Amino acid sequence: MPLLRLAQERDGWVTAEAMAEIGDILGLSSAEVLAVASFYSMYHLKPKGRHVISVCHNLACNLMGAERVIEHLEDTLGVDSEGETTADGAFTLERAECLAACDAAPCLQVDYDALHAKMTPESVEALVEELRT
Amino acid sequence: MSDLSRLTSREATFITRRYQDYPGDSFTLERARATGAYESLKKAIATMTPDALVELVKASGLRGRGGAGFPTGNKWSFVPRDAFPRYLVVNDDEGEPGTFKDRELTERDPHAILEGILIAALAIRAERAYIYIRGEFGLGYRRMQQAVDDARAAGLVGRNIAGTDFSCDVFIHRGAGAYICGEETSLLDSLEGYRGQPRLRPPFPAVKGLYAAPTVVNNVETLANLPHIVAHGSDWFRTFGTQQSPGTKLFSISGHVANPGNYEVALGTTLGELIEVAGGIPGGRSLKAVIPGGASAPWVTDTSLPMSFEALAAAGTMLGSGAVVVMDDTTCVVRMAMINTRFFNHESCGKCTPCREGTWWMRKVLERLESGEGRPEDRGLLLELCEDLLPEKGAPASGRSFCPLGDSAAWSLRSIVKIFPEEFLAHVEEGRCPVRAGEEAREQEVRA
Ligand SMILES: Cc1cc2nc3c(=O)[nH]c(=O)nc-3n(C[C@H](O)[C@H](O)[C@H](O)COP(=O)(O)O)c2cc1C
Ligand code: SF4
Ligand code: FES
Repeated sequence: MPLLRLAQERDGWVTAEAMAEIGDILGLSSAEVLAVASFYSMYHLKPKGRHVISVCHNLACNLMGAERVIEHLEDTLGVDSEGETTADGAFTLERAECLAACDAAPCLQVDYDALHAKMTPESVEALVEELRT
Repeated sequence: MSDLSRLTSREATFITRRYQDYPGDSFTLERARATGAYESLKKAIATMTPDALVELVKASGLRGRGGAGFPTGNKWSFVPRDAFPRYLVVNDDEGEPGTFKDRELTERDPHAILEGILIAALAIRAERAYIYIRGEFGLGYRRMQQAVDDARAAGLVGRNIAGTDFSCDVFIHRGAGAYICGEETSLLDSLEGYRGQPRLRPPFPAVKGLYAAPTVVNNVETLANLPHIVAHGSDWFRTFGTQQSPGTKLFSISGHVANPGNYEVALGTTLGELIEVAGGIPGGRSLKAVIPGGASAPWVTDTSLPMSFEALAAAGTMLGSGAVVVMDDTTCVVRMAMINTRFFNHESCGKCTPCREGTWWMRKVLERLESGEGRPEDRGLLLELCEDLLPEKGAPASGRSFCPLGDSAAWSLRSIVKIFPEEFLAHVEEGRCPVRAGEEAREQEVRA
């Protein structure tokens, strides 16, 4: 798993070549590496945008208006929220399960790291602008 | 209101004390040591045998804070006496919807967790500990890694800790996004580098865990209690909480409350008091339902319930991870049920058919109901689907799924359908959500 993380950090996503490389290092077949890589949601097996925006759609976030935020992001970026990437390759938009930040609901995470709290349609738009530059 | 402030007063809280007092730098080694960190570890190394430590924790009555509430000292005593190596594995994979206490602890007081880890390792005689930290925790990972590095440089982690012959090294493993890895046997598979899917039990991890060696898995909040128990004793610890649930607990309160957040209060505090501590329900609304222990827990409506392991079990639900999601009267329960079930369906690891297929069907029926295309028989169908996953009456605790995830999906959904039968029916009869319809009508009235 640390190697998969490294590969994704290096290439932006987990490529077939990277999985073959990892297999060589660990003495596993590429199929065995793929079996692990495909199990976890944070490994991307196809190219992703420069930034991944993961919006929580679980209980607390929904109570506080997550769907409005997701809809607004879909409209702003022109993609669906099922992991689609914008045509310019800038953003991938996905839905996340509870991010363990329900006191910040509705919240989202950028690149599986920075958490953004209490989002509104206005504040996500500002965030997208900021990330674009 | 003075009664409420008593619940969270200095005297009544200790887990969150360091970061409540020093929010700016509670996570640094300097601040941690200046506020007593690692003194309990030194005391334990100098004055206690491993067996005495196990007995102390047994006497304290500390129960696991990861969800199952298993007595920590008893769990430790299951490790066979002379099988080495043995491991301590730390569960920092917090993923139960509604729960956000472990992330806060990790980010704000990693040294409390680390000291707890070392005390537990001393008790079970483990020379290695692995922290499994959720993949999405960026800041928490960096803080924890820094804490381990700083403690190692200060001679508090690694060989000959604090100049004694106790040695324990600590390693961090980052997850990569899978709720099921919070379940302890899946977590071990994931730690070994595989897909994180549950293992058959027995053998239990205490006998055959990581790399088939005896392994204790403990939650980070559980471990953060240990320095305090060592410092002040089991009788002191039992002055908090109830007979069967001693101590305080971090409750993560979210949803329709004025001040969502983590609150440390004594176990046994009532649900109503807890909601008041979090500022109550805003906007003059009334309460509809509460999830008392994370998405896996059946819902309740009675705010007089004491928040202890035993009282919630007696009420047919569970304390779980201590995640309290509050829903006011504007909430559509069918929608919440759909979200809950969608979660379990998404996170079902696919290993066994009842869970993989069962949660998929439940989700389909709920989506249909929510979009106004439900059928009159759907409520009964949902209950049947739940029963298909749950144990038969009188059968031992676990149901027809391989691990508790399947049970949780059915258990929580069944409670929702049973508490709010009319609302499921109304969705069918009106072909839309009655709650939202009512809301819209009210908004129009206000405008007119
Ligand atoms: C589906 C599932 C998910 C779980 N997720 C977590 C989790 O995120 N964190 C945690 O500490 N325990 C979780 N648990 C409980 C663990 O299996 C285990 O009981 C716990 O880590 C033991 O630590 P404790 O005794 O200190 O509570 C989960 C259990 C199940 C069945
Ligand atoms: S109950 Fe669900 S999560 Fe558990 S083993 Fe079966 S499929 Fe996997
Ligand atoms: S429900 Fe969104 S962070 Fe927990």
